[in-house]
Amino acid sequence: MSTTAAVVALVLAGLGTLVLRGSALLFAERLSDVSPRTQAVLAMIPPATLAALVAPPLLLPDGSFEPLGPQALAGLVALAVAWRTRNLLATIVVGLVAVVLLELVLG
Amino acid sequence: MLVGAVPFGLVTGVGAVQAGIGPLGSTAWSVVAFAGAAQLTAYALIGSGASVAVVVAAALIVNARFVLYSVSIAPYLTSLSRPRRLLAAYLMTDQAYITSLVRYRDGLDPASRWRFYLGAGWALWVTWQVTTLVGALLGGVLPETLPLGFAAPLAFLAMLVPTVTDRASLVAAVVGGTVAVLAAPLGPAALLLSAVCGIGAGAALALRGTGDGPAPTATEQTP
Repeated sequence: MSTTAAVVALVLAGLGTLVLRGSALLFAERLSDVSPRTQAVLAMIPPATLAALVAPPLLLPDGSFEPLGPQALAGLVALAVAWRTRNLLATIVVGLVAVVLLELVLG
Repeated sequence: MLVGAVPFGLVTGVGAVQAGIGPLGSTAWSVVAFAGAAQLTAYALIGSGASVAVVVAAALIVNARFVLYSVSIAPYLTSLSRPRRLLAAYLMTDQAYITSLVRYRDGLDPASRWRFYLGAGWALWVTWQVTTLVGALLGGVLPETLPLGFAAPLAFLAMLVPTVTDRASLVAAVVGGTVAVLAAPLGPAALLLSAVCGIGAGAALALRGTGDGPAPTATEQTP
């Protein structure tokens, strides 16, 4: 990719991302009355999206399905820590240590 | 919140160097796009010689989840001026969004909502600029055995747990995660598809009126 092409790609991706992020925010005054039904749907956005970001790197670490691989098992350990402590740092530290140890053990 | 961004930023900076766009290109992407998952996707495609259209399309598909975040948080920020909402849009990240939303649900007056969002947004912005630049400068120096890339899903996992509050949100998470794994061959489009499926499944259950049962335990859930 030439430098010009790289700059064009960046500018288009950046502007497009700003449009996506601003989509509803910029028209927020029209959203002041949100019905309980709409709120129920909106409440599903964080769990569905975050789970979609979490699952593939844990279960498809190298592109193939590994439900008992080091990443999946470390993910379970991290899930238990996240559930018990609700602590981001503890979850990441325990999860990283777990994946290093499990990779050593499971090879 | 920042703890998860540090290793994620380092990995993203390293990815920029591996794609051949260097520390300057890395910083340009971090400032203009300011989106880790999209940056990593774009770098991988640039490194493999993809066209401009493919790079832009993939980055925007990965970032399409921001429309959902925008819709979800907009009702809390209706009283802000338009320039402030534009700044809020630019600073929107997974972390700033979810941290703010969880806080807003606990109850916060409009002025404090803006200060909280701005604080979270800028803190993450500065962290992102510094860590992606450091990652790009370190380049191939970091040992490959260090599983820094694994920190990002762990951070998302820690953010996911507090959002699962009832049966409906559990279904949304399980369906979203399952579809993401099944649809992985689709590439970047899988993220959007699985988010929509998860939202649909959870919303269907919530709107049937069965969404307020007792909170299930975490062990029932496949991450």
